Amino acid sequence: MKTEHRTRRARLLLYGLLCVLAVPFVFPTWWMVTSSLKSANEIFAFPPTLLPADPSLEAYGRVFEFAPFAAQYWNSMYIAAVVTVGTLAVSSLAGYAFARIRFPGHNLLFLVVLVGLLIPSEVTIVPLFQLFNGLGMVDTHWPLILVPIFGAPSVLATLIMRQFFIAIPAEIEEAGRMDGLGRFGLYRRIALPLSRPALGAVAIFSFLHSWNLYLEPVVFLSTPERFTLPQALTQFTDAYGGPMWDVQLSAATLSALPVLIVFVIAQRQFVEGLAHTGLKG
Amino acid sequence: MTSPHKTTSPRGTAPRGDAPEAGPSGKPAWWTARRRDRLAGYAFIAPQLAGTALFVILPLGLMFWYSLHDWNVLAGGFVFSGAENYERLARDPALPGVLRATAAFSVGLVALNLSLALLLAILLNQRLRGTVVFRTIFFSPVAVTLVAWTIVWRFLLQDDGGINGLLSALGAEGPNWLRGETTAMISVIVVQVLKNVGLNMVLFLAALQGVPKELYEASTIDGAGAWTRFRRITMPMISPTILLTAIITVVGSLQVFAQIDVLTGGGPGTATTVLVYYLYQNAFQFHDFGYGATLSVLLFAIVLVLTVIQWQMRRKWVVHED
Repeated sequence: MKTEHRTRRARLLLYGLLCVLAVPFVFPTWWMVTSSLKSANEIFAFPPTLLPADPSLEAYGRVFEFAPFAAQYWNSMYIAAVVTVGTLAVSSLAGYAFARIRFPGHNLLFLVVLVGLLIPSEVTIVPLFQLFNGLGMVDTHWPLILVPIFGAPSVLATLIMRQFFIAIPAEIEEAGRMDGLGRFGLYRRIALPLSRPALGAVAIFSFLHSWNLYLEPVVFLSTPERFTLPQALTQFTDAYGGPMWDVQLSAATLSALPVLIVFVIAQRQFVEGLAHTGLKG
Repeated sequence: MTSPHKTTSPRGTAPRGDAPEAGPSGKPAWWTARRRDRLAGYAFIAPQLAGTALFVILPLGLMFWYSLHDWNVLAGGFVFSGAENYERLARDPALPGVLRATAAFSVGLVALNLSLALLLAILLNQRLRGTVVFRTIFFSPVAVTLVAWTIVWRFLLQDDGGINGLLSALGAEGPNWLRGETTAMISVIVVQVLKNVGLNMVLFLAALQGVPKELYEASTIDGAGAWTRFRRITMPMISPTILLTAIITVVGSLQVFAQIDVLTGGGPGTATTVLVYYLYQNAFQFHDFGYGATLSVLLFAIVLVLTVIQWQMRRKWVVHED
């Protein structure tokens, strides 16, 4: 009797603690979405209103007046898509070879690739700028595509894929070989279909990485039509350089909401995919 | 277009093993299964290897080369200057402050991130209903666009923003968070931790769920309390995950740029000017690429040293490893 009472109190305490801890994680997003529907005055109202008194999409219209926001949105979308597909291709091929094919120099080459983990693009941004400058690719999307596909994030992806491919039993591949599959066939028809969780995790990682990319756009891009969303969001300022809060929050909501909705719908795959990638040591 | 008839051996009789095949189908004798497999291996890693060479290793080499030059784009010229940039680095009056800010930020971020992630993971690992909802909540900022998240917090942390509104409702008066040196640093750390702690939490949670239940049962029979169980069983069992997340978090903390640019712009003064931000300012705002490259070398050295140290620590306190 007594212990039951105690565990019930402990459970209540636990729920209370979880609820308190949840506030700083939920409130900013909630506030961003609801405030984007408020008038500029209501945003600053005190005490703050939890729901907009008079919801209006007016600020959303101004987002597209002040900036080529549709083009910027498209830029972010297509760049993230290309980076995701490119990273999946490059890292699954390399990860497969490092996991399952023996070739001379195997270990050394793996080490060379791993060095990439220690060299984030923040470290090499100065020479990268000069490199792309020499190729005439400044103020284009090429650096935003090529650097993530081949740089540190893709090395991490290769590592994740390799860990996954190593665990595939040799008998399965042997059976495929009996059926006359060559190396590419084994990779394409056996290894890839078996590694959906790892591919999913890599896809999420690389999409979010590209979607959030900030330093590269700021360094490489100067034409507003070519901006991506993170850089575009910072540009909603009035003539004095102060932020136009209602417009900025509407733009921020537009940039965050689709990804957030996809996350909530697919949260199981999202979270568990990331947890079971061989990263758990 | 005008290729001859297929010369590959028919399906099902593809060579296995290493026996050289003296091409009955017209193939040269050296074209063995093993050679073909090796070739496939090189072809598979070729994109990654070429990309690493071009976009990681070449820039790394260029970085060292540039750091030996006096190269101001505005003043023009690219003149070999030997160790001049490094002497300047040693004398740079702003550098001690920058390194202090970098250290404060990294230490604060890693400590808060790892401990909060572990706490959340342990709370979620209790057998409770509804933990999936809380897991989703704690993880959700990971899915919010980084700059959007930061912009919202900049508003909340303003002098007349939501945080101080909340505090005054509770009868306390909050500081102007982003304008005070210490509070600005704390703000940047907390905002960044809240954004990404969900990732480490999920990794810790997976590790916690991998600890065999029998170990806990056995130790409970032996009379071990909750704290002892945590220290003697949980910590050792999840230590490989802690090490891995620590390395990733430390290296990540040295790359934080967007949050600082949006929240504080490195200020007030240079209170939140971390090394990445200082390097960005020198190279892309003052157009001093030579010195920018020198600061990059310093950043690289720090990343390298920290990773090696943590890797060495693995032997000391990571208990089991496969």
